[in-house]
Amino acid sequence: MGLSTTIQVPRLNKSITIPTGLFINNEFVASIDSKEVIEAINPATEEVLCAVVAASEKDIDAAVAAARKAFSTSWGKNVTGFERSRLLNKLADLIERDAQELAELESLNNGKPVKMARDSDIGDTIQCLRYYAGWADKVLGQTIEVDNKTKLAFTRNEPIGVCGQIIPWNYPIMMWAWKVAPALAVGCTIVMKPSELTPLTALKLSELVKEAGFPPGVVNTVPSLGPVGGAALASHLDVDKVAFTGSTVTGRKIMEAACKSNLKKVSLELGGKSPHLIFESADLDQAANWAALGICYNSGQDCTAGSRVYVQESIYDKFLAILVEKMKALTIGDGLDDKSGGGPLVSKTQYDRVWGYIDSGKKEGAQVVLGGEKRKGKGYYVDPTIFGNIKPEMKIVKEEIFGPVLAVGQFKTESEAIELANATTYGLGAGLHSNDANQCMRVSSALEAGTVWVNQYNMLNNNVPFGGKKQSGFGRELGSHALDEYTSVKAIHWNFGEKLDWPL
Amino acid sequence: MPATFTYQFDTPLYKGTSSFSTGIFIDGKFVDGSNKTTIDVVNPTTGKVITSVSEGTEKDVDLAVEAAQKAFDTVWGLNTPGAQRGELLWKIAQALEKNAKELAALESLDNGKTFMWALGVDVKSAIDTFKYFAGWADKIHGKTIETTENKLAYTRHEPIGVVGQIIPWNFPLLMWSWKIAPALATGNTVVMKPSEFTPLSALRATAILHEAGVPNGVVNLVTGYGNTVGAAIASHMKIDKVAFTGSTLVGRKVMEAAAKSNLKNVTLELGGKSPNIIFDDADLEQAVNWAAHGIFWNHGQACCAGSRIFVQSGIYDKFLASFTEKAKAIKLGDPFGQGVDQGPQISQIQYDRIMGYIDSGKTDGATVHLGGERHGSEGYFINPTIFTDTKPDMKIVQEEIFGPVGVVIKFDDPADAIKQANDTSYGLASAVFTQDLNRAIETAHKLQAGTAWINCVNVIDVQVPFGGYKQSGIGRECGEYALSNYTNVKAVHINLGHKM
Repeated sequence: MGLSTTIQVPRLNKSITIPTGLFINNEFVASIDSKEVIEAINPATEEVLCAVVAASEKDIDAAVAAARKAFSTSWGKNVTGFERSRLLNKLADLIERDAQELAELESLNNGKPVKMARDSDIGDTIQCLRYYAGWADKVLGQTIEVDNKTKLAFTRNEPIGVCGQIIPWNYPIMMWAWKVAPALAVGCTIVMKPSELTPLTALKLSELVKEAGFPPGVVNTVPSLGPVGGAALASHLDVDKVAFTGSTVTGRKIMEAACKSNLKKVSLELGGKSPHLIFESADLDQAANWAALGICYNSGQDCTAGSRVYVQESIYDKFLAILVEKMKALTIGDGLDDKSGGGPLVSKTQYDRVWGYIDSGKKEGAQVVLGGEKRKGKGYYVDPTIFGNIKPEMKIVKEEIFGPVLAVGQFKTESEAIELANATTYGLGAGLHSNDANQCMRVSSALEAGTVWVNQYNMLNNNVPFGGKKQSGFGRELGSHALDEYTSVKAIHWNFGEKLDWPL
Repeated sequence: MPATFTYQFDTPLYKGTSSFSTGIFIDGKFVDGSNKTTIDVVNPTTGKVITSVSEGTEKDVDLAVEAAQKAFDTVWGLNTPGAQRGELLWKIAQALEKNAKELAALESLDNGKTFMWALGVDVKSAIDTFKYFAGWADKIHGKTIETTENKLAYTRHEPIGVVGQIIPWNFPLLMWSWKIAPALATGNTVVMKPSEFTPLSALRATAILHEAGVPNGVVNLVTGYGNTVGAAIASHMKIDKVAFTGSTLVGRKVMEAAAKSNLKNVTLELGGKSPNIIFDDADLEQAVNWAAHGIFWNHGQACCAGSRIFVQSGIYDKFLASFTEKAKAIKLGDPFGQGVDQGPQISQIQYDRIMGYIDSGKTDGATVHLGGERHGSEGYFINPTIFTDTKPDMKIVQEEIFGPVGVVIKFDDPADAIKQANDTSYGLASAVFTQDLNRAIETAHKLQAGTAWINCVNVIDVQVPFGGYKQSGIGRECGEYALSNYTNVKAVHINLGHKM
């Protein structure tokens, strides 16, 4: 093996070995020209876990070159759908085999509880890979009737080529799978930049990519700083498509770089300030469960977090009381601790940012209904916090906080609820709770969001598409739609009977 | 208790033991047929009985349907989400793969095809079929359909329920998987009748499927005769769909029974007399090789066999000479022997039938250019046979022979070839050989057949649909198209505001 390190985990009485080099052409290598490293930090202890190689622009070039070569020789149109299916299924098997260790590593670097990482993140990841394995040999084009005497017209859905994929730190393994699976299924090759905050599991997964038998260069992993690796991929002249999940601020930069360079295809999955509507006919206890899940899951570090809950006036007090109890019931602690239902935020920067929002909420006159107090001691912890008495112009109502901080408001009528919900530049998720079926239909139709949950929140399925409206992004992940993001339609007009007169 | 069949393979190509129950399989258990009678299983290589299997009756079909319905209502249907159905199908594929050689050996023993063909094509394709349809299980999409803002309209593609499946003896395991995989992927439960001539691989594969974790009652296997078990399935009031592969003659009976009972949905994959049109500019060597594969593959026992070979006059003599050499070079013998290409025909009945056609060809005045007689003195072997100088109305030109008997017909005018090619009540497959791709496409588009092969013949890919025009059948197997055989479309209209 090339570069690697071993992390001691005394709390679990074990150690985990991690490759620390850049994964290019199925090997872990040092940087071509840089000695920079990225330190991976444990957000529960605030200690450095280890350091990994940080890719430079030259390294990105090398990774892209490897991906291009693989696309032209061993991948792309040179491999059958059947074989791609087989390899994706093998990868899923290997992740299943190593699920426990991957979950522990994810918890150490990201902070989320081990059991959530294993059963939810990794469980969904395995299913996601298998789902796309199933698509790999089913990439269908169309034959199209034009003129039966002269022409055969048909389309082919070809793989786009070399794809740059930039993923965030909130669900490192799952975001990796959401990107990798559909791209590989249709025959693209990948240069993947995991988040500089959580590079470790992407590197560990790269070992499994090699073990599964993917040819060298098909998947390349290059941890690097956003302004270095992310920018390099977005503006690279030999990258055909960039897929980005992260903040809206960075998403704009990616899109700008793409159009200034080679007009590469872009898909973006960005932030949200998703509204969660509670109507008076709702099952209040259930609605409160879902609302708590919506803002507390993953410690609120979820692009679809239901961060604005609006409750119908008639049930406001009753519902709020139930919600407070639900959110109080969550135990937040070290991810390695079995009792933890949630972990710390991922980093000091995020910690400071979220506390900044909590302070602004207080300053702008919102009422602290729950939480809002810092803990003492180590770890980037934020306990579930609820703000009431909100006004639309408040920062905590308009901006994405990305922590377990909820803004709760009220409404009288259905149309007022819809107006409040849609009053945002974001449009990622939305939820509504009601036992009036017609209302559910009307409201779900009116909400400007890429995903609308009715009497539910946060639950996704690998075969249902996911993505944003408005400034939450464009393009869809999951479902069959993800395949469109990685294929390019070629129309073929095959003349077999038309003779051309010239001049016309 | 049904007997266990144990067989020791000790051959140049395969050594191993196979051991499995010979009962009918209902609700997760192998049991005796209701009448406690059995059906002999004959090894066509020797003509001798190797074992017997339980005989199912109409009563057993009733029991199977009951078990299948219960499974559909409780543990299968939409009670098991698509992702899980897919996972189970994947497990079946892996289990079949683990036992591939044993299955191939059983197939050779029971059917007579060579071990190498069984392993390399039949068993491999069966495994690939399960892998392919595993991927579809969680991708059965309906549509949402825009009408007005007063309505939410959408379709569901629901599983039909209990489906009856009747399969033939020419590709026993492959036909077993073509039927079961898409039916299970879409959530149906199955009552299947394998051919009474070739029950062994179905029995073994069903046991493997059960071990892989398919819940009881989801797949039921009732071996028996066509006019008892087959008829019972086709006319059963509680089976809502029957899928049949076999002769056109029996296909009619199945459809009639369906119409007379409960109007169950019917798909049929029947016979063929598929044309293979070879133009002057064809790559001669390739055309010869493919044409040989077209008619002699599986001893001519393929529904899509390219049995009428139309050769343009410019290359007719060269083609015939080469084609004859190719046919002569086919080595007949024990399916487990080294270097053997062709085994016996499936049964005495088929042997007699094919020889009957050969006689009729002779009687009608066609030229026996090659072969036309039995091979050896044991087993149902027939030498590769080529007829020339035929007339369009001869029986050997019109009717499906289902043996290694090819008819080579000379033509000049392409339009005439196409006309003759289409002059048949069948329409299963067709083939065109030419280097002029424009002409190939034009010709292929004019041929009335469910499959048009260009510069190849008898190539099956599980992703590509397969089925017949005209009297060769109804419906398509393989590919995404197979899913619609096993789903019912329900349209849901949700009124959101239209007051009456």
